[in-house]
Amino acid sequence: MRTTRPETGGAPETGGVPAPAPESPAGPGRTARVAAYVLGRLTTAAVSLFAVIVAGFFLFRILPGDPVRAMTEGREVTAQQREELSRQFGLDQPLWQQFLDYAGGLLRFDLGVSFQYREPVVALILERLGPTVLLAGTGTVVAALLGLLLGARAGWRPGGRGDRVSTGVALFFWSVPTFWLGLLLIVLLASGRGFMPNLFPTGGMVDPGVSGPLETALSTARHMVLPVTTMVAVIYAQYLMIMRSSLMDEKGADYLTTARAKGLRDALVRRRHAVPNALLPTVTLVFLNLGQVVSGVILVETVFSWPGLGQLFYSGLRVPDLGLVQGLFVVFAASVILMNLLADLVYPLLDPRVRP
Amino acid sequence: MTSLLDVRDLHVTYSGGGGDVPAVRGVHLSLDPGDTLGVAGESGSGKSTVALALLRLLPAGTRITGEILLEGEDVLRMRWGRLRAVRWAGASVVFQGAMHSLNPVQRIGEQIAEPLLVHALVKPDRVGARVADLLEQVGLPASRRRDYPHQLSGGQRQRVMIAMALACEPRLIIADEATTALDVMIQAQILALLERLVDESGIGMLMISHDLSVLAATCDRVAVMYAGRIVEQGPAGEVVHEPAHPYASALSAAFPRIGDPASRLAPRGLPGDPPDPAQAPSGCVFRPRCAVAETVCATVDPPLWPVRPDRDGRSARHAACVHVGPGGGPERTDSARDGSARSGPDPGGPGPGSAEEEEETSR
Amino acid sequence: MSAPTGPAPAGPATGSRARTPAVTARALARRRRREALGRFVREYARNRAGLLGLASLLTIGALALTAPLFVDQAHLTVTGAPGDSYQPPSREYPLGTDNFGRSVLDLIVWGARVSLTVGLLATFVSVTLGTLVGVTAGHFGSSGGLGGRIVSTLLMRVTDWFLVLPTLVLAVALAAVLPRGTGTIVIAIGLTVWPPTARLVRAQTLAVEARPYVERARALGGGHTHVMGWHVLPNVMPVVLAQTTLLVATSIIAESTLAFLGMGDPTTISWGGILESARTAGAISAGIWWYMIPPGLAIAVVALSFTLCGRAVESVINPRLRGQS
Repeated sequence: MRTTRPETGGAPETGGVPAPAPESPAGPGRTARVAAYVLGRLTTAAVSLFAVIVAGFFLFRILPGDPVRAMTEGREVTAQQREELSRQFGLDQPLWQQFLDYAGGLLRFDLGVSFQYREPVVALILERLGPTVLLAGTGTVVAALLGLLLGARAGWRPGGRGDRVSTGVALFFWSVPTFWLGLLLIVLLASGRGFMPNLFPTGGMVDPGVSGPLETALSTARHMVLPVTTMVAVIYAQYLMIMRSSLMDEKGADYLTTARAKGLRDALVRRRHAVPNALLPTVTLVFLNLGQVVSGVILVETVFSWPGLGQLFYSGLRVPDLGLVQGLFVVFAASVILMNLLADLVYPLLDPRVRP
Repeated sequence: MTSLLDVRDLHVTYSGGGGDVPAVRGVHLSLDPGDTLGVAGESGSGKSTVALALLRLLPAGTRITGEILLEGEDVLRMRWGRLRAVRWAGASVVFQGAMHSLNPVQRIGEQIAEPLLVHALVKPDRVGARVADLLEQVGLPASRRRDYPHQLSGGQRQRVMIAMALACEPRLIIADEATTALDVMIQAQILALLERLVDESGIGMLMISHDLSVLAATCDRVAVMYAGRIVEQGPAGEVVHEPAHPYASALSAAFPRIGDPASRLAPRGLPGDPPDPAQAPSGCVFRPRCAVAETVCATVDPPLWPVRPDRDGRSARHAACVHVGPGGGPERTDSARDGSARSGPDPGGPGPGSAEEEEETSR
Repeated sequence: MSAPTGPAPAGPATGSRARTPAVTARALARRRRREALGRFVREYARNRAGLLGLASLLTIGALALTAPLFVDQAHLTVTGAPGDSYQPPSREYPLGTDNFGRSVLDLIVWGARVSLTVGLLATFVSVTLGTLVGVTAGHFGSSGGLGGRIVSTLLMRVTDWFLVLPTLVLAVALAAVLPRGTGTIVIAIGLTVWPPTARLVRAQTLAVEARPYVERARALGGGHTHVMGWHVLPNVMPVVLAQTTLLVATSIIAESTLAFLGMGDPTTISWGGILESARTAGAISAGIWWYMIPPGLAIAVVALSFTLCGRAVESVINPRLRGQS
């Protein structure tokens, strides 16, 4: 699900970034400034994380009214079973006690027990973390590279034919529901019915019966083709549009005239001067949009039965297994916040102007 | 001996959304090696357009006609490869507002080294030493090469810009408002630096500024531009201190002269705004703001006349005003060679079209 | 460079016009508004992609509204299905039938009603919320006292937090804990997609509040409500309009996504719901393309049309973007 429009994606504000000191890059004050900057970012992230924890509690313990009924909706349960469930999840305790137990559990990396799998949620998550990181990581990297590359080309000559084609294609993919694109790829490339070829596996991560590291890697790669394609197709558009508009903003910059006056070829002016400057605001937005990658991964894993966190989330939803869904909610939100923290810490390395 | 720079009947027309805007309308300039020529004028007079046109740095879609002879070779008719070779190596630019003219995310050392590497003038292993040389030449310690532009003060950035302009040892330097954003002390330092460099290396400098007093102090000759035209041109002292054109005198009076209490007590500005280049008035373009305009000014667009000519009708100074011309019929001067100029449209052949257009489309 | 839509500031002109009673300030404002609207229409008409999007939306909207005239509702129930299971496209069923024998074309035409309604309602919720938060944060951030600035900062912190959060996860969680139904879907989407609007509106509010006539209104004793309602809101509306159009696309995709994940109202027919039943019925692996391609295309076409319209509106409002689509 996309919630931000491709161009702005939710414009970041550099408000939190300290104003650059005009002179004297080095000196004894520098360490202190770096420490203050890092500390500030850490505090913000901590507050956000706490808000996620509270939101998780509110969403799954308070909002449903009666979590047990929400969990058992549509099933026959005896009063005794209900009571047992209630005790198992600590719902018979007062609310503040419930919150303390829940928050304390989080500190010990205890996310509770899954109702459906009868296993600790943390164990389930750890088991499936690898495949998700592999899929989401590959998808994000490919989409970012593709989007930034095409966006840099489109933004250098806005209104040209290349720009119109690549913007049009990007907008189309952006308008297509992720899951439908996945289903379409399955029907077109993997169903093997009628005239359709059967080129790629439609589900899972490795073919059954495959052993040995090389065979496993090859089989995994084959299984990854369709899921990664789907993810890339839907998220690269955002990166493209961000890079495009960022480059368009830089196009009139004076230092580009300087670069031209120096006798640089047009391609060099773009590559050496315009793109590095346009990349900076883009990087922030790419990280801000990681939430969208999480959304994408949930859908793609569901469609392609990829044994990762997204599929786990879906299976938790179908039951519904609120303990599992709650745990995954916290993990997904926390990981996005941590990635944004990382972006904040990395950004000054890219942009000398905001170096503390 | 050919001039270093010979601009003949330069016309520049921007094509905007609303229509064509003629920014430069028939400018003649000439500059010999070791000379400095100042171009003065208000913002919008077309002086910076002239500077950018010299290396065809204007935005795509801009029409440039006339001739820009750089050491005898017409910049407007160069192929792109040749033009790129001439840029910076033949003529370099010290841009205005060095903050924005330097790439904010590249170390200044890299930016100074870039033209050296692009034009392959120095062996790669010698580039570092050359950059250090250049920085010292403009009075900056070589260690600053690892700094980013925002770590330098305004004056230091302008010095970096000058070091960069000197990198390829060009024959011509175009200083476009090089000292405008600086405070007076730094301005004086930068001007002294530029003057010294011109004296030492015998390069020619075209200095563009709105500040007539700066030009008077540094340039041998000065041209005053108004609404895309040169309205007065001649030796710097004469143009500044006893201007012949009413606009030049207004511009000159706008800057108080040191040691002249009268000018300080009665600073005179100029009423009104420069004309919209898209809708220039008939006759003399300066007429609506001119204090000494006469009825004839509404119909006659005066060319550049020699001011106080000798017996052969020659003069080092020219001005485009009916008050300057001989009482009788206007006579044309034949002085394109020494930098004075005719004005009015020239039916000469059109130039090769536009500035960046070719670069924009051929790829 | 003022925005072409919305009433232009009534400030500068009123002084001179006040002396001529024939033209009242109100009439003047009305005329300006009409002229601005005319300009807007003319500018928009120049955008080919925007016109295409508008035409396609009008067609689809008309189809959805008139659907009861040519779709027999009884044929849409599982028991009243007219055809056989999985019939390929034919003259009788242009898009074939589903596993129950219902016409896929009928399902899609009927599904447009729910999908469009949910999309529009969710957009309304989120735009209202985003505008409220944005205007409040912008207004008190620029002109409030200490308390106002704290409120503004807090609001923006909350907005940023929502902005970073994975929206789908949040929306799904909301949909999972609230009772099933169309209303839940609207709320789940509306409550999660508002942050970009809030940011945009806040930025615009700050820009408007910096204009001299707002300062004057404040100096003349205009209260917060007066300034926000009378000066800021009308000038923020053009931006909100563009954002709304783009958000409908987002909301419709979101609706289909939630339905696909099984969060939808099982008693109604929506495009996402059709796709979900296609998947659960095994039509995907069976290669029943006519069951799964048309609903997705319908979503894509509607989302794309709204996006094209939104970009066209945006390029009219923001001249910097003009001539680039």
